[in-house]
Amino acid sequence: MPEPSVKGPLWLLAELTYACPLQCPYCSNPLDFTHRHQELDTATWKRVLDEARELGALQLGLSGGEPLVRQDLDEIAAHARGLGYYSNLITSGVGLDAGRVRELKQAGIDHIQLSFQSPEQQLNDYMAGTSAYAHKVDMARAVKSNGFPMVLCFVVYRDNIDQIDRMLELARELEADYVELATVQYYGWAQVNRQRLLPTLEQVRRAELETRAWQERLGSRMKIFFVVPDYYERRPKPCMNGWGSVFLTVTPDGTALPCHAARQLPGFSFPNLREVSVEHAWFHSDGFNRFRGDGWMKEPCRSCDEKDKDFGGCRCQAFQFTGDPANADPVCEKSPLRHLVDEVLQQAVVTSAESPLVFRNPKNSRKIAADAA
Amino acid sequence: MADATSGEPIRLSPKMRLQWEKAQNAHVLLYPEGMVQLNESAAVILALCDGSRTVGAITQELIQRFGGETLAEDVTEFLDVARSHGWIVDA
Repeated sequence: MPEPSVKGPLWLLAELTYACPLQCPYCSNPLDFTHRHQELDTATWKRVLDEARELGALQLGLSGGEPLVRQDLDEIAAHARGLGYYSNLITSGVGLDAGRVRELKQAGIDHIQLSFQSPEQQLNDYMAGTSAYAHKVDMARAVKSNGFPMVLCFVVYRDNIDQIDRMLELARELEADYVELATVQYYGWAQVNRQRLLPTLEQVRRAELETRAWQERLGSRMKIFFVVPDYYERRPKPCMNGWGSVFLTVTPDGTALPCHAARQLPGFSFPNLREVSVEHAWFHSDGFNRFRGDGWMKEPCRSCDEKDKDFGGCRCQAFQFTGDPANADPVCEKSPLRHLVDEVLQQAVVTSAESPLVFRNPKNSRKIAADAA
Repeated sequence: MADATSGEPIRLSPKMRLQWEKAQNAHVLLYPEGMVQLNESAAVILALCDGSRTVGAITQELIQRFGGETLAEDVTEFLDVARSHGWIVDA
């Protein structure tokens, strides 16, 4: 049974599709995305939006994959607007043109978050696996000229973390309202490429200093958020602000998850919204209730006076490193298994910049599946 | 302190949305990937930031509605904070 204190979700992340014209090796989508063809239809997405809104969901992320691939994006966005959601379109910009930006405004999208792989064309296009840089710059201008608030998201990894100044110069030139310097989170494809993507501690500290100087200079004119790689922290992140607390992710095939990486966890059967309501999934499914509150915690979390602050960190990270999602996130220096994170950091330092990246594409997805079989 | 007769009219930033949330029993301010739950007085003040009133006019209106000696100071203080967060702009 759910704890009586459980409230409805505030955030709904709708992963409309896993289809994407890009091949970023830091993608957090699952490795087996090609097996998951069955996308929810328009009517079911609308029902999911209705039901989540009824429970109090307010912020809507339209994501993927690349959400622009969905032919019914405008219809879904218009439905969301009618329900009172604040709709955030999270896109690579590939698939946009000036006319589409105007249409999305009319459909009721409130804000567009545009991602860059790098402020430098060559690296951007290499990581994206396609020539996208010049088009992204054009689309950023179209987003602004249509009156959207714009977030530019730079995903940060070893090869571009020394480009912070150029990222922020580009953001200022494009009149971004917010900038996210989002260090790669190592789930899905990013976990496969972790050794190659992890920046060094020196790089991270330098990037933090550069970012702080920009923040002081620009203040609220352009808000800059730097998501530090938690492997270098001493305490874990308050992942998802607590399991089943405010975030609801719905995958393209309708699976309801407490976070977009949770499907990898063993011993779970997460509810599918083709079969059950959002209300049932959120309040009554084992998948959402398992790590609510702190009754599930082991030591050192159970007796820790910070457990209400960080909720024991990330369940997926605990699983990835220790095999048990109920363990403390090993990023925490109180974890007896912290050395597992340090070992990864040490291996990353000696991983050559020449070593190959595994790009996110159907071919590699099938190869990984075949190798695992 | 704002002068009641001078200054530009102010409005809610076009990047923000103010709406009543039944589930929270409160007004909320929505912006890219975030939200703030407003207390009643903040919501009343922001609702008056409609592009037709200056800070002075907003304060006058609130004094007429609610009275109170220290109200002008509180309103100005709140609007300063709102401006620094980018919630309101000159119309």
